[in-house]
This record gives sequence, C-alpha cells and structure tokens, in this order.
Amino acid sequence: MSLMNATRSELTKQFTTSMWWILALVLVAYVGSTAAGLAGTFGAVATGALPSSGGGMPALPEAILPPLIYSLATAVGYVFPLLIGVLLVTGEFRHKTLTPTFLATPRRGVALTGKVLAGIVMGLVYAVVAVASTVAPGAGILAAFGIDTQLGETDIWAMLGRMVIAFVLWALVGIGVGALVRNQVGAVVGVIAFTQFLEPILRTVGGFVEQVADAVQWLPGAASDSLVGASIYTTLGTAEGSGASLDWWAGGLVLLGYAVVLLVLGHLFSWRRDVA
Amino acid sequence: MPEGHVLEFTGLTKRFGPITAVDDFSARVEPGVVTGFLGPNGAGKTTTLRMLLGLIGASAGTATIGGQRYAQLRHPLQTVGAALEASSFHPGRTAANHLKVYAQAAGIPSSRIDEALGTVGLADVAGRKVGGYSLGMRQRLGLAYTLLGDPGVLVLDEPANGLDPEGIKWMRGFLRELAAQGRTVLVSSHLLTEMQQTVDALLIIARGRLVFQGRLYELTEQDEFSTVVDAPDRAALTAALDAQGIGYQQVRSGLTVPGTDTATVGAAAAAAGVALSTLQKRGPALEEVFLDLVNGARTHPSAQVGADATDAVEQTAEPLASADDTSQTGEGDQR
Repeated sequence: MSLMNATRSELTKQFTTSMWWILALVLVAYVGSTAAGLAGTFGAVATGALPSSGGGMPALPEAILPPLIYSLATAVGYVFPLLIGVLLVTGEFRHKTLTPTFLATPRRGVALTGKVLAGIVMGLVYAVVAVASTVAPGAGILAAFGIDTQLGETDIWAMLGRMVIAFVLWALVGIGVGALVRNQVGAVVGVIAFTQFLEPILRTVGGFVEQVADAVQWLPGAASDSLVGASIYTTLGTAEGSGASLDWWAGGLVLLGYAVVLLVLGHLFSWRRDVA
Repeated sequence: MPEGHVLEFTGLTKRFGPITAVDDFSARVEPGVVTGFLGPNGAGKTTTLRMLLGLIGASAGTATIGGQRYAQLRHPLQTVGAALEASSFHPGRTAANHLKVYAQAAGIPSSRIDEALGTVGLADVAGRKVGGYSLGMRQRLGLAYTLLGDPGVLVLDEPANGLDPEGIKWMRGFLRELAAQGRTVLVSSHLLTEMQQTVDALLIIARGRLVFQGRLYELTEQDEFSTVVDAPDRAALTAALDAQGIGYQQVRSGLTVPGTDTATVGAAAAAAGVALSTLQKRGPALEEVFLDLVNGARTHPSAQVGADATDAVEQTAEPLASADDTSQTGEGDQR
C-alpha cells in the first residue's frame, strides 16, 4: 500500500518537472540522427550506391545492417536511462527534498524501493522512445535502399526486447550510483566520464591486449552489449576484442548485479544516514 | 477534528563525533496550546526536532508522538505536519504539483491540495513554479505541506523567517487557532520577542540542554519588577532617592528602580518636592531572563537543574571535607 503510494509519488516527481522530456528529446535527436546517418551510409555502401573506401573497411553484408542500426538505441543511448536514474535520486539531495520525502514515507527501504519501481517505469518509457527513434528512421532508410528490414523476424523483436531490459537495468544502475554518490554534479560528471571515455578506452585496449579483454567483458557497457547481442562496437571490431563476449543472459545478469550491488551499498551507506 | 498528541522527549541525546549537539533532553509538549521551542542558533533545536521526526537517529533516548516513534506511525502526514526549512522544493515544480507529490506518497486525497493552498493564501499562485516564489511564499507553502493531512500535531521550525509583519501577524493567529482546536503546536524560534505574543508554553534549550520548561508566565518570579521614573530635574530626583536610601540605575529614558513599587518611589519624590515626568511599573524583561537562562547565569527548577546545583554544592564542600581529613590525620600523626 505505502509502496504503491511511494511509487506513484516518485513518478509524479518525474513528470512534474521538465527534465524527463528534455532528456527524451535529446535522446530522440541523438540516437535518431545516428541511426539515420549510419543507415544511409552503410545502406549506400552495401548496395554499391557509394563506393567502399577499399583498403579501409569492407562493405558490411546487408544482413547485419538492421540489428546494427536498431541496436544503436542501447549502444550509444544507454547513458540516458543511466542519467535519469542518477537524477531521480540526486535531485532529492540537491533540492533538499529528502526531508518532505522521508516525512511522508518514513521507512527508508520503502522510499528507495518506490524509486526503484519508478526507475523501472522510466526505463521502459525511455526504451520505447529510443527504440522507436532508431527503428523508424533506420528501417525506413534501409527499405529505401531495398535492404530487408528484418522487422518480420522474431530474432529482431527478441533483440528489441533485450534492449528494453537493458534500458531498465541501466536506470536501476543510475539509481544505485545516485544513492551512493549523492552529489548531483559529481554523479552526472562521473557517469558521463565513465561511460563515454573510461570504458570505451578500456574496451579498445581490450581489443589489443588479451589479458585485458578477459576483464573488460565484465564492464557494465560490455555486459549491456552482450545482453543486447548486437552493437556498432561489436560489429566493427571483433566480438571478443570489444568485450561483449558473454551470453546474452549472462550479460543481463552482470548488469543486474551492478544495479543490485550499487543499490545495496547506497542503501546501507548513504540512504539510511541522518538527514540534516 | 483531528486529535492532538502529547510529544514526549526522554533523555534524548545526539552526538556528532566529539560534539554533543543534544544532551539528555527530556521534555513534554501538551496538546491544546502553542508551545514555543526557544534557544539561540546552534543550541540544538533543529536537531531535536529532526530526531522527533525520525530524520536523524538518536544516540540515546527517545522522542515519541502519542507514545509512538515517528517511523511507527501508520499515517505519518495525517498525524504530524512538519515544516523544517523554507528551501525543500524543486524550483521547476509548481506549488500544486509539489503538494501532489507528497499527498500521493501519504495516500491523502488530492482535494486536500487546494484546501491547504487556500488556507495559507496561495490559491491564486498554485500553478506557478516555486522557483519564482518569495521567501514568505515558500514559508506559506511549507505550512500548506504541514496541513495536507489535517494532522493533530504541527511541528514548525522557524516559521516566521522571511515573513513580513502582516504575515507574522497572520501566522500568530493561525497557530493559536490550530491550538484552540485541540492540536499540538510546537514552534521553534531563536527570538523570544517573536514568540511572546504567540505561545502559551515554552521550552528553552541552550547548548543542547533543556534550561526551562513551563508556562510563559512561570519564566519570571512575580515579585521581579522595577519602577521606571524620571523628572525634568533629574539631579533633584536622584538626590531624593539617595535621601531615602533607594537604589537605582541610570538609563537613557530615566531611572530604573528595581524591586520598589511606584507608590514608594512617588512618595520619595513628593517628600523632596520633585515633579515627575514619568512614573511607571515595568514587568520583568523576559528577554533578560531568557538570556540569563541561556548563558547559564540563571537556572530554573523546571529544567531539573536541581541535581546539577547539588553537585556544585558538593564539589565546593569537598575541599572543606578533605581539609578536615588532613587536619584529622595531622592530629593522628601528632599522637
């Protein structure tokens, strides 16, 4: 009862400020334009409309283009559910609204669980937005080049489903990071630095150094790519080298593990602390 | 009508590392009256209130609302309404949505949102973002939050901060009305003058310890008064008082004669043929009593400082006893 109330309250918090739709707009613009651009480029190269750059990259086979384009939603867009999760918690610290929140929901565990459930909903919302933003322009452009969009195949729909799961898990990872770090600017800068610079560099290094590759597959971004099963990074490199070498379910469990560990640590060391 | 509950603090203590912010604080707050919670900045008021509300964990002791700790309350916002700071808002959210967030969390029907906003006079600006609110409007919104669940207990930390004189007057009447309805109203402040016209009962805290608890009139002894007197010929007046052996203090507005009534002072002046321009009785200055309590120059039995007083006596008595001891052993040695 009080958990349902807490969850409704958290969702009202999300939808009564402008952050959610600003992030959603940026997400649409970012993954949508990336999907459209790459679908146009690869589609043109694959069909011979554009000459391949020869010595550089071989033309990609048509069959792998649809999953590659569609999965851009997670491959480049996963930072968005992560950010919304971070903001969902750090906003309370930043605006000192933890006091009224805990007065209305005195049991801290219930309050945090309410945030987790709201985070799942937000993850679903962003997943739908992101998947639509890559599939709609991607499929349209591929079809224009006469390439099979594969939208009739269950494999593609299974992949889209796994992308939705990845978005939800990333939102939960964000809630855990936010609960632990508390400082909004620090948490946002931290997750952007990690996801956009640190992990890509480590995964690139993993592509060259065998010993690093084993460790790299356990990184959250690599686990996410393993879960989805296709990604611009895994396609352009080797699956091994980019770190996305786990089974899809194992990748999902690794990402879930990050979320659970961060949430438990956040609850124990930060969420239960005095609110002064 | 919601029922008020007794607030009970028992041996409440909070230590932050080596600092004891609240030290063995025991007090009782009754429903039906406005109780002021007074103390200088940093005395531990806010920490005490936050412990009562379960926001800060106590190092020792308990604070209960009708016998229950805050976290045990089945319907917290319907039992206790609390406003602790004027800045607990997301600036981009409207006032109505701000209240909606917490009404949903507490399972309060949304019809209460408009009622609460109307009560505090914010109905017209309910749809505006809180970021554009003045401090006074934020204080009112904080008050609207406390009223959402129509609770029997109200806990307000410095609610008059940022209010204009009209707002303060409104707040006074409002708090008294809530108390008259049988609710428990606990209001903190660091200014006695702000409280004097509002509260019936008073808790005073200084350096984390309770130094007074009781009715406002119990703060001072009834025979603690003085007479303010002045004459155009002040030199003649002082001479007249000196002649009668009456002590006085020179102040800007005349002379203050402590502990002597107006009749005696007037008679002394008349005997010397001095015409007076001022002759009035002045009650005890609450502010001075408050400051004396806070800095420890004065103690009040309601704060259980009796135990401490005896300790002090025993300590001063000890050296005497030990002196006796040494003299006795000295005698023993001589024998």
